[in-house]
Amino acid sequence: MSRRDWSLHLGLVALLFALNWILPAYHHGVVARVMVLAVFAMGYNVAFGYTGLLSLGHAMYFAAGMYGTGLVALHLEAGAIPAWFAGLGAGLLLALVTGLLALRTAGVSFMIVTLMFAQAFYLGILYFGDITHGDDGFVVPNAARRVAEVALSDAGPRYLIGWALFSVTMIGTLWLVRAPFGRVLVAIRENEDRARLLGYDTGRRKLGALVISGGISAGAGAAYALLFGYVGASFAGVQYSIFALLWVLLGGAGTVIGPLVGTLFMYYLVDLSTEVTDAYMLIAGIVLILLTLFMPRGITGALRQVWRDLP
Amino acid sequence: MEFGPYLLLACLEGAVLAAVLALMASGLSLVFGVMRVVNVAHGEFYMLGAVAAWAVTSMLGAGAVANFVAALVIAPLAVGLLAAAADMTILKRLEYDPERTIVATIGLLYVIQQLTLMTYGADARPVVAPFNSRIALPWVEWGENGLSLYYPWGLSTTSYKLFVIVAAVVLITGLRLFMAHSRAGLIMRATQLDGEMATAFGVPVERVYAIVFGAGAALAALAGVLIVPIQQAHYLMGGDALLLSFIVVIIGGLGSLTGTVVAAILIGMSDGIISVFFSPTLAKIIATLVVALVLVFRPQGLFGAKDR
Amino acid sequence: MSVILETTGLGKSFDGLRANNDISFSLPAHQIRALIGPNGAGKTTFVSMLIGRLTPTEGVIRFDGRDVTKLPAHERVKLGMAYTFQITSVFGRLSAHENVALAARRRLSDPAAVAQEVAQALGRVGLGDRADAIAGDLSYGHQRLLEIAMGLAQKPRLLILDEPTQGLAESEVESFKALIRALAAETTILLIEHNMAVVMELADHITVLNFGEILAEGSPQEIHANPAVQAAYLGTGAPDAED
Repeated sequence: MSRRDWSLHLGLVALLFALNWILPAYHHGVVARVMVLAVFAMGYNVAFGYTGLLSLGHAMYFAAGMYGTGLVALHLEAGAIPAWFAGLGAGLLLALVTGLLALRTAGVSFMIVTLMFAQAFYLGILYFGDITHGDDGFVVPNAARRVAEVALSDAGPRYLIGWALFSVTMIGTLWLVRAPFGRVLVAIRENEDRARLLGYDTGRRKLGALVISGGISAGAGAAYALLFGYVGASFAGVQYSIFALLWVLLGGAGTVIGPLVGTLFMYYLVDLSTEVTDAYMLIAGIVLILLTLFMPRGITGALRQVWRDLP
Repeated sequence: MEFGPYLLLACLEGAVLAAVLALMASGLSLVFGVMRVVNVAHGEFYMLGAVAAWAVTSMLGAGAVANFVAALVIAPLAVGLLAAAADMTILKRLEYDPERTIVATIGLLYVIQQLTLMTYGADARPVVAPFNSRIALPWVEWGENGLSLYYPWGLSTTSYKLFVIVAAVVLITGLRLFMAHSRAGLIMRATQLDGEMATAFGVPVERVYAIVFGAGAALAALAGVLIVPIQQAHYLMGGDALLLSFIVVIIGGLGSLTGTVVAAILIGMSDGIISVFFSPTLAKIIATLVVALVLVFRPQGLFGAKDR
Repeated sequence: MSVILETTGLGKSFDGLRANNDISFSLPAHQIRALIGPNGAGKTTFVSMLIGRLTPTEGVIRFDGRDVTKLPAHERVKLGMAYTFQITSVFGRLSAHENVALAARRRLSDPAAVAQEVAQALGRVGLGDRADAIAGDLSYGHQRLLEIAMGLAQKPRLLILDEPTQGLAESEVESFKALIRALAAETTILLIEHNMAVVMELADHITVLNFGEILAEGSPQEIHANPAVQAAYLGTGAPDAED
């Protein structure tokens, strides 16, 4: 990997770290949230951007992490760290099971199957309301939102933990897509038949990619529950699957920094529009249409015209 | 109520749902069959049909029947034109690429839904049915004098609900005859088989696509108009309807009209029955999982013939 | 010479239509074998079964003495088969270098060894100076050569080339012939080819398919002189082929 690639990504990590002491309170909170959501988007990007698996159901992995963590904290009174791992494990398991089934299909069928699985998961949360508190969701107990003496609900630790999760995921993704495994994922995205006839078990690698992708998404959901303290069914809804797609498409699918760019841009766009109207999803809809029409490669993708090997 | 009458009631409710669903899903199936694209905004066209029906009836202010007839004509026409316009401005430029079309129609879904929220508002509003007399239904009983008919309390339907069922049957039969025998239907089927070939034979494929997309949306809008006297019009009503018609189209086999109708009856009836006896949420969970598994293990649908 | 690839009674039906029927075929190691036949003779069906893109309706395929009939394509490739597509199938948005590296990396884990292998494979097909070009930007002929380089980088024991000279310029065909001759020392080559000049010049042995069955087998001279083959190519039917 070139020095330029490293300096861009490490520079971004350093910049976000420094912003902890620079940003005014409101934007400090927004960026903390965006970093966690960007981790979700990076997870989605591994499946969609790098492997070409267009899933419409990634909210279920995010929510599996969120509920795995939240429910363990709520019902079993687990601490923050075991609860986070419970969420991660739930997401990995769900990704493995749904992947084994959904990856028997491709293209449009894959989109619909993932959409349906996610819908069943969402409805399952509503149906088992005794445990999950249904539509209302629940607040994660404060006892679970501490690590040693640090309260995760405080602005400073919250930002730094979000930053750490983001940084680890970004560097991890960067490493992954430059490693032989990641290169094969790109090859599958470009031409699966060819990749198979080079001797790669594409089915197993797609499953691997989906499990990694689901795991990262679940890690984000689990962290979201701990850092922001609320677990709710809306995070499992179709809308959040669409958000992941939107953030990645906007930022640039198949680029490492794209998900952050897309999430940040969309978050502020929606944030600004909610001041004007309740119909903030209108913005999301318009952006989606414009993107598919005029900028299918996204913001970072457009940047690649200039910086050709941008990972 | 006893089990028997209760079941009959559930079947009747199911049949109404099946009728509306069959109409709506035929639209989705028609679009997929001819254009090979999945229209995720289909539920919003259904919602627009219902909202337009409300708008037409409240603006016209004539008698209930005249209002309703006007809505039945104007709403599908307006929604169809809107959809055709969306096809020409958006889908055509994407060259009907299956995946990009899905993403763009997701965008369209939110745009339509949110614009409706901004103009029509978040309230659910009713439309008065053109006629709505209650029809009590009899049930048989084995009494002291052998079999006898009686009218259990609560076992009833309305003339309007029966009308919806009949209307759906007539409309779908008409659509089938149209596709099978008319020249326009022939052109659509030719386009479905091979777009390039159709172009070579001078079929204006782009215009056919715009018309088909518009017609599919009009069918959804028609379903919306029919349902609105039973269910009120609401800007979020498209979501569930979309999900159900997806389920119907996939179980029936993508693009097969007969399969769609059979599946609509199956899903409508079972949804009605499961919802009456169990929780509607559970019914939906089962239905979505069935769809996913059908696509995984029997991609041609339960009733569709295997490809090649 | 040991037999590297063998099929017995191989057949394939599509919905009752016989595309291949009872093909028993044997390919000794280090031979250059050409597979020819008129359009629709079932050549593509046959090689698709060999590499595992199609499952045979009946019959057995043995590679290096091992029954591979039920193995998925990628497992066969791991055993040492390689296949280049009839319709150019490269990774169009990746560089030529990365295309070949993907082929090499399955065997080699050391990046330096991969780089060396890639340079060598690209050099052999004459694309040494185009390593950084995006595959999709290469000319059609160069994309065909890139496919062959991807085949070479796999160091296969059997290389199946599906219509490799299609779309190549005259000069490129010449260097292609030289390349294949040089390769014969290292590997076995099954060549599906339309260009009769190439076939006659390169092949040690020729198998002719017609109507999904083997019509004739023999040296280029024998095939050239075979009246049944001539009849098949002239489209007057195949007198020797049993229906």
